[in-house]
Amino acid sequence: MSTTTSTAPGVGRDDLARLAEHWAEPRSLRAWLTTVDHKKIGRRYLVTAAFFFVLAGLSALVMRTQLARPESGVVSPQEYNQLFTMHGTAMIFLFATPMLFGFGNFLVPLMIGSRDMAFPRLNAFGYWVFLFAGLFMWASLPFGAAPNNGWFAYAPLNQVQHNPGLHMDVYALGLLFLGISTTAGAINFIVTALKLRAPGMSLNRVPLFVWAIVATAFMVVFALPALNADNAMLFFDRRFGTHFFDPSGGGNVLLWQHLFWIFGHPDVYIIVLPALGIVSAVLPAFTRRGVVAYSLIVLSIVAIAIISFGVWVHHMFATGLPQLSYSFFSAASTVITIPSGIQIFAWLATMLLGRLVLRVPLLFVIGFVVTFVLGGVTGAMFAVTAFDQQVTDSYFVVAHFHYVLIGGAVFPMLAGIYYWLPKITGRMYHEGLGRWAFWLAFTGMHVTFFPMHLTGLFGMPRRVYTYRSEPGWDGWSLVSTVGSYLLALGLLLVLVGVVHAVRRGRPAPADPWEGDSLEWSTASPPEPYNFPVIPRVHSLHPTWDARTVESTTTGATADRVLSEGRRTLFTSELDARTERAVEMPEPSFKPLVLAGALLVFFTAMLLAAYPIAVLAVLVVAATIAAWLWPSRRPDEELGLAS
Amino acid sequence: MTDRGGVVAAATGVAALTTEEPVGRPAGWWGMVMFVATEATLFACLLGSYFYLRFQFGPQWPPGGVDKPKLLIPLLMTAVLVPSSLPVVWAEHGIRRGRRGRLRAGLAATLVLGLTFLALLAIEYAEDLKHFTMTTDVYGSLFYLITGFHGLHVLVGLTMIGWLLAASLRGGSFGSHRHERVRNAAIYWHFVDAVWVAILFTIYLSPRL
Repeated sequence: MSTTTSTAPGVGRDDLARLAEHWAEPRSLRAWLTTVDHKKIGRRYLVTAAFFFVLAGLSALVMRTQLARPESGVVSPQEYNQLFTMHGTAMIFLFATPMLFGFGNFLVPLMIGSRDMAFPRLNAFGYWVFLFAGLFMWASLPFGAAPNNGWFAYAPLNQVQHNPGLHMDVYALGLLFLGISTTAGAINFIVTALKLRAPGMSLNRVPLFVWAIVATAFMVVFALPALNADNAMLFFDRRFGTHFFDPSGGGNVLLWQHLFWIFGHPDVYIIVLPALGIVSAVLPAFTRRGVVAYSLIVLSIVAIAIISFGVWVHHMFATGLPQLSYSFFSAASTVITIPSGIQIFAWLATMLLGRLVLRVPLLFVIGFVVTFVLGGVTGAMFAVTAFDQQVTDSYFVVAHFHYVLIGGAVFPMLAGIYYWLPKITGRMYHEGLGRWAFWLAFTGMHVTFFPMHLTGLFGMPRRVYTYRSEPGWDGWSLVSTVGSYLLALGLLLVLVGVVHAVRRGRPAPADPWEGDSLEWSTASPPEPYNFPVIPRVHSLHPTWDARTVESTTTGATADRVLSEGRRTLFTSELDARTERAVEMPEPSFKPLVLAGALLVFFTAMLLAAYPIAVLAVLVVAATIAAWLWPSRRPDEELGLAS
Repeated sequence: MTDRGGVVAAATGVAALTTEEPVGRPAGWWGMVMFVATEATLFACLLGSYFYLRFQFGPQWPPGGVDKPKLLIPLLMTAVLVPSSLPVVWAEHGIRRGRRGRLRAGLAATLVLGLTFLALLAIEYAEDLKHFTMTTDVYGSLFYLITGFHGLHVLVGLTMIGWLLAASLRGGSFGSHRHERVRNAAIYWHFVDAVWVAILFTIYLSPRL
């Protein structure tokens, strides 16, 4: 079923040589700094997000060590506040979303049969901004100036009169900076999936993972501005004395929460949806059949993306809002379980009807189903206002969202790492190491977070740096701490497994799993131009479909090889009919320069060096102007090229 | 927005695909529409915050003895900004027919109208700052944040228009297919216009209702 592409029949040797020449990126520092290749950028996203994951995970281990025993003094309250804030902020903003963007960057063009993203240089820019914004935020920790008010940064505690120092300025500016990257990435995903799909990949043949990424990208476009508005107002309040969240000047502290959760609840699905997309992508290879109920899953992805904007107040049931709003948001929060349930049942049906191949990726998928369902059940409990008011701000909440986020996002990501490692690195992973990693991580996860349901019901508040032993929280807290070390060990083994694969793994064939989507029709790792021949898609499972496979090996017409330049094919939005060939941009320093100028701007704003900030804005404007300046031959000439 | 807008017939096989007016929307168009969508949501959040804070505040609005906003300058600003969308459309139609003169004239007209708008905003600020500032109370905070943010967007739009004007003055390099960029800048400019109408209603008219 798989194809070998190094000698794709139908493509002449000189065609391949020309393609390689047009898309070549030599191994040099210059190429490293200027690359616009979506595969390299995707890998960078994955590695950088994993790095921030390790930092955030270590913060968590320190916290668990502190909480292992009552009244211990491993860290001071001030340090603890910074640790739990950076843990949450980094896990949500610097790990979960960028990690999934990393998968998306690497996979979306390969899955839809394109040679790159729609805006490759914007893509490179997005990565550099993500890297710089992440370093910007973490760099505050050694100075004791890290954000210290929780990842939700509630008012009035985020106001300068209650929280002096740079802490929350780092938060506001860091997230505004990072938001540029996330927005740019999201727009890029939407346009790529709309315009760059291979001929024949109509909307009903788009892989579920790509659907999930596109739905996520739409949610980013419409949810992130709320957070940006919030943070802009926060920064103005703190630095320039405005009164948005300050009641003494007529402001309102609840405005912060409304805007934060208008962003924050969709963000839960911004994290979970692409992870669910990974599950839908992994399952066919290990059940030997397509995922059941494709259309229903697509509809439920879209439904989740829409309904998630109507549930934010369930984070605010304890704030004293009008009763009517409780009823509405309670109902919406219950309704959103339906599309989530549809997907779960579709996957269960796929596994029941398929022939299971119990490799590591499938283990993580099964671990995901178990854990995510438990987290979903406690989620439905929160939709009941009375119950929510009882357990809110207790460890029960901590247990719930770690079940959802580790179960619903981290486990699918780990499944994805093992599944696509051969494609990304060209090497197979060690199965035994992978199994150990799974069982340790799975056991550790449940040992850590299940007891938190109990400590929460016993009344232990979250975010406290220590506690007394009288209420009987200490036994279960110790169990949680032991579990967290098991979990960390499991995750360490994942890392060991990846390093082992890169160093010692046996070379991977193009299609080790007999997967059903287009990325398996190219070499492992793919050539810089991805596909020697742009495939023509005839079904939902292109690499299982003889006609599609044939289209990549024979009958390679000039309009699908496009070897005359750095080109890819644009198709129509709905039914993917061929429209035109488009010249893709060359590598460039400008994305890096632009991101660097923005880093200078945000650092200058943080340190109140406003003249430097103004200077940086001018550099930003000049770079963008130069970036877009028409320097190539006039298009009319290209239009006549033979 | 890095789309080069280049329509190329890569090989004889796709020569038929290269038409004067491409069938589908180009990538740059989608990119700009999505960018405008996210920016529009940002303004929706800001204007929503305005009404939220206003109704949480109480019946007296603006508070603290500040007069209701005067309408003369804002209406003048509207009279300048809203019609400024027309010369952009005119310029875009012009370059589609390869008429660079119309492109330049249209862009220049928009540039003048946009700069007039910013000058009027400066006059408005100079008058208002005598009575209240950003730090006076939450009304001042909202007033200056929202109008200031919009002014910033006008500036960004004018930068785009100015860039296009400069690029079109550099002869030869601004082919007829570059009209995609004019169209993208036009979308942004229409958006800046539309947001202004929402701001006119929210900031200047709604306190008088």
